[in-house]
Amino acid sequence: MNTIYFLIQQMMYFSIPLLIVALGAMFSECSGVINVGLEGTMIIGGFSGVLFINMFQDRLPGQPILLIALIISALSGIMISLLHAFASINMKADQIISGTAINMFAPAFAIYVARMIRTVQQIPFINQFRINKVPILGDIPIIGDMFFKKAYITTYIGFAILIISWIVMYKTKFGLQLRSCGEHPQAADSVGINVYKMRYIGVAISGALGGIGGLVFVIPTSTNFNATVAGYGFLALAVLIFGQWKPFRIMFAAFFFGLMKTIASAYSGLSFLTAVDIPSEIYKMIPYIATLIVLAFTSRNSQAPKAEGIPYDKGSR
Amino acid sequence: MNTLKRYLNSEGMESFASSVFAIIIGLLVGLVVLLISNPQQAFEGFKAILLGGLTDMKNVGQVLYFATPLILTGLSVGFSNKVGQFNIGASGQFIVGAYAAVYVGVKWTFLPGPLHCITALIVAMLAGALWGLIPGILCAICHVNVVISCIMMNYIGMYMVNFLVTHTIFDSLKNQSLPIKANAVIPKMGLDNIFKVGNSPSSVNGGIFIAVIAGIIIYILIEKTKFGFELKACGLNPDASKYSGIDSNRTIVISMMIAGALSGLGGALLYLAGSGKSIEVVDVLAPEGFNGIPVALLGQNNAIGIIFAGIFVAYLTVGGFNMQLYNFVPQITDIIISVIIYFGAFFLLFKEFIRSHKPAYSGNVNDEVTAQKESAGGN
Repeated sequence: MNTIYFLIQQMMYFSIPLLIVALGAMFSECSGVINVGLEGTMIIGGFSGVLFINMFQDRLPGQPILLIALIISALSGIMISLLHAFASINMKADQIISGTAINMFAPAFAIYVARMIRTVQQIPFINQFRINKVPILGDIPIIGDMFFKKAYITTYIGFAILIISWIVMYKTKFGLQLRSCGEHPQAADSVGINVYKMRYIGVAISGALGGIGGLVFVIPTSTNFNATVAGYGFLALAVLIFGQWKPFRIMFAAFFFGLMKTIASAYSGLSFLTAVDIPSEIYKMIPYIATLIVLAFTSRNSQAPKAEGIPYDKGSR
Repeated sequence: MNTLKRYLNSEGMESFASSVFAIIIGLLVGLVVLLISNPQQAFEGFKAILLGGLTDMKNVGQVLYFATPLILTGLSVGFSNKVGQFNIGASGQFIVGAYAAVYVGVKWTFLPGPLHCITALIVAMLAGALWGLIPGILCAICHVNVVISCIMMNYIGMYMVNFLVTHTIFDSLKNQSLPIKANAVIPKMGLDNIFKVGNSPSSVNGGIFIAVIAGIIIYILIEKTKFGFELKACGLNPDASKYSGIDSNRTIVISMMIAGALSGLGGALLYLAGSGKSIEVVDVLAPEGFNGIPVALLGQNNAIGIIFAGIFVAYLTVGGFNMQLYNFVPQITDIIISVIIYFGAFFLLFKEFIRSHKPAYSGNVNDEVTAQKESAGGN
């Protein structure tokens, strides 16, 4: 039983950032803009958040500083994603290329700034954010052990983002308008929706969640930020496809990917896995192979937004 | 005179000018970053980037050495762009090719003399082709978006190579692949005697010739053969090309294979260069693959342009290393290149800008170019 608790606690560290970033990607793609630059957005978010924690950690207490850092990460993520929005919405540039530019810029920028102000590229921080046991809720048998012990506040923020995303997407006028811009922007425009504005909002939300995801990824798994998020931005895109652009399916996809990552990194401590003796690289490959297989079977009737990746040109209506 | 005018009005010239625009903006942003971070030494540092590749013959050689894999991954990305597919999987194809080459270089000692090296290169191309073939087939049969499947293939390739290296050709002390046998090293072809400072030669080798030849072959393939025509037709308008009897699925699969083979060859040329570089077992995607994207973009997907673009990006990289003399961080090169990619993505806009500010030229050529542009931009 303890092994299962351990696995689930570990899985949350890997799954929650994937969940948050994939939900961000969902907002962007549902508005019609592919955001391949999420890897870079995560790096920028993680970098600015950790830099803030590094500078203020001896002056502010644990949880408040983390919350402020999350806001800073979100804002910096929005800033970098607006560059992508400008290129892909106003300039009608190739969205993959401008996303690639962001992916290249972000680690270079993070290393450059870190080395200019600190001479080394790693930015250390003191991990004082782990909650050993949530009062009351932690006492619930089984569930308490799984979700309310050795947890981070970011886990609950992740679930909150999931529920809010679902409500916004499917229960509000805004969500309907946003999705219409990704399905058929011409029709959306003809009923008075400002497609450009909606797409800007979609990309900005993906930037905010990407930035938050970057910090959420770094906090539980490390004690310094080294200008990388280990491909989680790309993995989040896979999660999004695996989840077929639907919030709760995205959650299950994120848990599946997170579980595979957990097994890959912790399998030496799990007796039933060391007995099977499969190399850790295999577990690391499984999420990607699984995504390819799912893609192969679902791409013909894909749930992807119809107009994603196509710049909207008012003139061609 | 007329030829000159025609040349200046040609589409190639417009492409070149828009690349130059992107480069200038990128360099200016780089200068601004330097000025913000250290105003006193900014101009010295900037000079090091601009001229660092030319300071001595060894640096010139290093530029060619760094350019070799970049030209090939650039060709790979540019070639698939011609057929309308964005090959973001060059990184995976690159490392798979590199592993195949190193494996042959370490293990297949039964091959005599130069045959060892040639076999390693061919096997690397086959491995890369396989890694390009899978996204190609998935796209043709199952309609899987090539960008997404290539991203997956990058990671699968990286983890698989890590697995294979640790189980077949592992140097556990250094956590990297074993050094290749001397027979498998690409010959220097006398280049080490030209590009050197004193007794220390640069790492440049015959690989640069292979890269340039590959570029020329790809140019001929695209511009002068029936397959090249079909490929461009598929890229410009898949429906129209299907209507005129071109098997677009076959074209996409074959071009993804060729693109993969080019990246794989790039990996082989880097790791067989004899510069002591081995495949490190780290969970990081090969950056050379991603650097092929700016190279293809700057070269405007033209094979000859890509050769020069590869040399240019390598030149900036060497300049970035030189800039460390002034206490700057070499990542400034990546910042500059990313800004160039970003603005390069606007290149259609640049072209329109150039055209609207060009003195009107009365003649058939211009009309022809405009007509071509309109037909190209129509899809």
